[in-house]
Amino acid sequence: MAMAWIWTGMVGISLLFGLINGNVSQVATAAMEGAGAAVTLSLTLAGVICLWSGVMELIRRGGIAAGLSRLLRPVLARLFPENRENQEAMEALSANVSANLLGLGNAATPLGIRAAQAMRRGTVATDDMCMLVVLNTASIQLIPATVAGVRAAAGAMSPFDILSPVWITSLCSVAAGIGMAKFLARRAQS
Amino acid sequence: MTSAGLFDLIIPVILLGAAAWGLYRRVHVFEAITVGAAEGLGTVVKVFPNLVCLLTAVYMLRASGAMEAFAHMLAPVFDRLGIPAEVAPLMVVRPISGSGALAVGAELIEAHGPDSFIGRVTAVMLGSTETTFYTVAVYFGAVGIGKTRYAIPAALVADVVGFVAAALTVRWWFD
Repeated sequence: MAMAWIWTGMVGISLLFGLINGNVSQVATAAMEGAGAAVTLSLTLAGVICLWSGVMELIRRGGIAAGLSRLLRPVLARLFPENRENQEAMEALSANVSANLLGLGNAATPLGIRAAQAMRRGTVATDDMCMLVVLNTASIQLIPATVAGVRAAAGAMSPFDILSPVWITSLCSVAAGIGMAKFLARRAQS
Repeated sequence: MTSAGLFDLIIPVILLGAAAWGLYRRVHVFEAITVGAAEGLGTVVKVFPNLVCLLTAVYMLRASGAMEAFAHMLAPVFDRLGIPAEVAPLMVVRPISGSGALAVGAELIEAHGPDSFIGRVTAVMLGSTETTFYTVAVYFGAVGIGKTRYAIPAALVADVVGFVAAALTVRWWFD
């Protein structure tokens, strides 16, 4: 339902501001452009998603995913209590978190989706699924390579001197997200 | 930049490592990777309609000038929180459009200098937050979830805390 409100709101606000600013025709053109851009984006993503889904299957069969999940179990079992005995979900989650930490956002998405598929029970988001989405919307990468690249291009003295502030900020944001998700989950129960 | 060269190694090393370990464990490496890739194609098909709808709305919003208006309205609020008003457009775009945020951020870094306060706050914000609505649409779309419950509010709280923390940590770290 939330997405329904957000989508309707976005379209409504666009029309409203298009009228106020007198650029309704640009808004109309943009709608068509946006739909077209989704095709390009999906085609670009298709290759990446297929590749990393393939790698996930490979590391699952080779036992690497199980090793990762043993390594991350102390953290993940606490964050995702409903699926702590769900081996498939735990392995995909571990791969998702590892890819995020390495800054491989494009790889993290298909791995996270696989985890969500393994957690699925009906059409209502479970607490664990909400936690998964919150973790993936709060960036937890160790090396912000893209941003450092932008800074380097602009002539920064040392492009990576923002590393510690990025870590501290990520930590605050992730902690806030996890805290909020746990709080709202508890409130939903009572 | 040698450090960037090191990051470039991550993907090839992961691919080789996974394949070599698979061979050692007598996994049918190529079969496994193609079976997984075929599953990935199903994911792409499920995500596609969500991206069409989301990007349509995002492009309309960007063309309407609403983002600039919101940034203008919210600037005083951000100012209270210790965030420079110049960064307001970035915070409005960030949860909605990843490429949009990168464009706005690169512009800010270029205009104010990468080693200025504003330039650094911009970089930290970009590096420590994600495109919330895109992630929500892709994840829940791929799994066919209609009721997202509290996922979006919790994710947005994380974003706002990230924005405020970005300004605070940059001020504290570089003073």
